[in-house]
Amino acid sequence: MPPRYENSGKESRSVMKEITYILNGETITTHVDPRWSLFELLRGEVSSIKRGCDVGECGACTVLIDGKTYNSCIYLAVWANGKHIRTVESLSMPDGSPGELQKAFMDDGAVQCGFCTPGFLLSATALIEEDRTFTREEIRRQLSGNLCRCTGYENIINAVEKTINKHIDNRGTK
Amino acid sequence: MFDISNLFEATSVEDAISLLETHEQARVIAGGSDILIKLREGELSGCDLVSIFGLDELRGITLGADGTITIRPLSSFSLIEKDENIRNLQALSEAAAQVGGPQIRNIATIGGNICNGAVSADSAPALLTYDAVLELKSSNGVRIVPIHDFYTGPGKVDLGRAELLVGIHIKRQSYEGFGGCYIKYSARRAMDISMLGCAVNLKLSADKKYVEKLCLAYGVAAPTPIRARTAEKEAEGALFNEELLEKVSKLAQEDAMPRTSWRASKEFRLHLLGELCRRAMRTAAKRAGLS
Repeated sequence: MPPRYENSGKESRSVMKEITYILNGETITTHVDPRWSLFELLRGEVSSIKRGCDVGECGACTVLIDGKTYNSCIYLAVWANGKHIRTVESLSMPDGSPGELQKAFMDDGAVQCGFCTPGFLLSATALIEEDRTFTREEIRRQLSGNLCRCTGYENIINAVEKTINKHIDNRGTK
Repeated sequence: MFDISNLFEATSVEDAISLLETHEQARVIAGGSDILIKLREGELSGCDLVSIFGLDELRGITLGADGTITIRPLSSFSLIEKDENIRNLQALSEAAAQVGGPQIRNIATIGGNICNGAVSADSAPALLTYDAVLELKSSNGVRIVPIHDFYTGPGKVDLGRAELLVGIHIKRQSYEGFGGCYIKYSARRAMDISMLGCAVNLKLSADKKYVEKLCLAYGVAAPTPIRARTAEKEAEGALFNEELLEKVSKLAQEDAMPRTSWRASKEFRLHLLGELCRRAMRTAAKRAGLS
């Protein structure tokens, strides 16, 4: 069961709602409490997303929904119905080894405590999947919804820039 | 979990209106980036919500045959920022681009932004400069309200309890041939609320030397988002130069009623009012083809 907050103590009648969604390629049908955030729903399924601020400011809880980034802490669980949701678990290779972007983060010192990392990986994935180049300034802007208290951001941007450029180069040589 | 008593997911606009009428305490939730954060902070505890998030009929931007641009209220800011039709409405696309951060722009809706009545709403000054007209629906039918009449007081808008915003319309004559600019002044370059927002929508004469029309609007400069009417009148027919910018920005300061709050002092806001006006006008004029 996902973790629950204490509510105000008022008598709350809550009817569980059935939803069906796709998580990292797997179809899941389940009942959700309409008071749950998507974060609470997904923590019962995957461990990569982290609870940071809970108010949509730090981006630690970032998920990809139909290819776009969202803060799962301020997204209602019931809204997941019919959506394709991806977390960091979807970035690994089939054999479980780290994907390109994750390797770049490791190689470039973009990970210290690692708490912000899942959020950054997904925001960066959204950029890579746009299939075009970005200036460093544009990368900064696109990652501005993710906060890091350890690295000072430079290495994160290096890793993302490197991966985007590699992706574009590889595409060109196909 | 959020301290919500009941969540009703509307299946259509009519259903949403009916739910709002039946459940008198209920409020509308669109993208949730205002309401869910308020709930986290202890406000609105135990509320009933009518979710319109699933109503795709309220999403999208279309261009009518007569050149009217219609923005459906659940359009996210990232949708608005990137839309082809909005590209020419620079004050609005720039405003959309500066809301929060990428994740917020994907979920936050322009409808929620104006309906919750916040004076700091980034979309408000821009919509004021485009003389946007709002389409409101209730069981009594449809009301058409110009955005100038929508804001009735600090945090208050002319929206009935069981009424929904269903469309934002911008007429061709409000944008064709105009150049626009929105400057959001805030402490941070992202993920911040506007301390002062200045929108300019400007049209030049055929020889691109004189101002044909100036629309100048501010957020957080007064109890509601406002147009600086006296400043605008000064610019009409005037030669576009630094001298005009000085005159206009001075009048804009007088049009607004900034006050001291924890965010900024009255003196600083007055300074910003003048400076942002000049910068936004310079950019808008360039975009309007200043020679």
